[in-house]
Amino acid sequence: MANTAHAHAAAAQGETRRDFLLHSTVAVGAVGTAMMVWPLINSMNPAADTLALASTEFSIAGVAEGSGITVVWRGKPVFVRHRTAAEIEQAKKDDTADLRDPATDAKRAQKPAYLILVGVCTHLGCIPLGMKTGEPRGDFGGFFCPCHGSHYDTSGRIRKGPAPLNLAVPPYQYISDTTVRVG
Amino acid sequence: MSTEKSRLMKAWEWHEQRLPIGHFLDHSLGSKYPAPKNLNYWWNFGSLALFMLVTMIITGVFLAMNYTAHVTLAFSSVERIMRDVNNGWLIRYMHANGASFFFIVVYIHIFRGLYYGSYKPPREVLWWMGVVIYLLMMATAFMGYVLPWGQMSFWGATVITNLFSAIPAVGDAIVTLLWGGFSVDNPTLNRFFALHYLLPFVIVGVVFIHIWALHIPGSNNPLGIDAAPADKIPFFPYYVAKDVFGLGVFLMAYFAVVFWLPNAMGHPLNYVPANPMVTPPHIVPEWYYLPFYAILRAIPDKLLGVVAMFGSILILFVLPWLDRHPVRSATFRPIFKIFFWIFLANAVLLGYCGSQAAEGWPLIASRIGTFWYFFHFIVLLPLLSWIETPKPLPASISQPVLSPAE
Repeated sequence: MANTAHAHAAAAQGETRRDFLLHSTVAVGAVGTAMMVWPLINSMNPAADTLALASTEFSIAGVAEGSGITVVWRGKPVFVRHRTAAEIEQAKKDDTADLRDPATDAKRAQKPAYLILVGVCTHLGCIPLGMKTGEPRGDFGGFFCPCHGSHYDTSGRIRKGPAPLNLAVPPYQYISDTTVRVG
Repeated sequence: MSTEKSRLMKAWEWHEQRLPIGHFLDHSLGSKYPAPKNLNYWWNFGSLALFMLVTMIITGVFLAMNYTAHVTLAFSSVERIMRDVNNGWLIRYMHANGASFFFIVVYIHIFRGLYYGSYKPPREVLWWMGVVIYLLMMATAFMGYVLPWGQMSFWGATVITNLFSAIPAVGDAIVTLLWGGFSVDNPTLNRFFALHYLLPFVIVGVVFIHIWALHIPGSNNPLGIDAAPADKIPFFPYYVAKDVFGLGVFLMAYFAVVFWLPNAMGHPLNYVPANPMVTPPHIVPEWYYLPFYAILRAIPDKLLGVVAMFGSILILFVLPWLDRHPVRSATFRPIFKIFFWIFLANAVLLGYCGSQAAEGWPLIASRIGTFWYFFHFIVLLPLLSWIETPKPLPASISQPVLSPAE
């Protein structure tokens, strides 16, 4: 009967044993559910084999000045462009232009001759034109996205059109003078 | 608060007037659904079965995101789930062992119904829907077991589909149709995956009908007598709380197996990729089919064996007319009670025989067991309906408590 008396006393203060049981049950259930929901959701994240393919290596030895190659990295195109002296010159000059997403060309190209960019328009994910000869390269001589008309300059910076950001520079390093690893 | 309803309550009521989902749930599994006050823990297994159905569907959907239904890729895609997909091992072990636990729960649920006469009037249709769910579960589980495309998957699929070749005249044509070719092959795997994804949702539909049919007479109870309104308590909070407690205990057992014995109920040969050129020396189905597998092999005739195997389940449909004894619960039927336990032991024996090679004493035992299985339904139950004198029934659920016998 002591328990009952105790419960009554507690009830007078608005807290009962039943409240405690209810709240602790709900808390355990909520935590347990969350602990189950997370593994399910996390299973949709990239799997180990997908992450293992997250870097790619390629040679830039055969890329002539004024041309470029497109390599695949994480299922996306990476533009590797061997720029001409005039393009580099233009890119540096535009460092001080009115840029939507300001960045200097020196920061965007480890070696000025080679511009390495993720070839995915920052608007909605189309592949901009300008890597192949004859393709339109936009008003600024770099890349032009045909989907919604974004113009990028010779450093891959957004200059005109709906895209908010410059073409992304992927993490990369020169393993040797002619070999690059992206990712 | 006391005089003015909160905005949230008003919004809820606005919505209830247009789609009374809260009202529906309250009448289905809430405070407006009265249940007999004497339900024991054997009555927990219905809600546990529902829980397992939902668990299987959820884990299955996530597995399907990573599974490839093609003979050259299925096995390795399952291994990729085990090794590379984040928490893939957990989801797959929950699903594979979930099938076993679903069957454990459902078998207890069925035997509870058999013991307490839950199939008797006025619950015959409720019982039928349960048997339909059980058949759908067996089909779904069988096709799910084929998907990993291991040796047991392949040869299980071969043997089970060949059951239909026993049908006179059209048997071979039916088997070819099931296969979509001349053997179990890629078309078979593709359709099994499609159906394995479909059937659980069919089960959900039949479960709705099952619960609907339950709500017409209400739950049976351990005494098997009709419960007076005074002997009922609202499902919420009483049985919701009890079911949640039971769920907690059940989850401990389930996850103990998922974490520490994940392959105990599986067959190691299913980790060998399917090889259509080599039949394993001793193939067995998953444990939940074993009693029926024993019945199949007990009869030395292809067609009769298949008929007996399917008949052993289909006979459950007519059970309400085989057992016509007016008293539901075995508690008041001393002779029936004995034969219930013999029947249960016989089912376990058949299960053991089904796991052994079909030779020597297990074969003889499975023949005796098969005979007894049908003898129980076809002879014993109708006979007991006539001759068994039940113990006196209490006038109400409360009566034995309120006025204890001398």
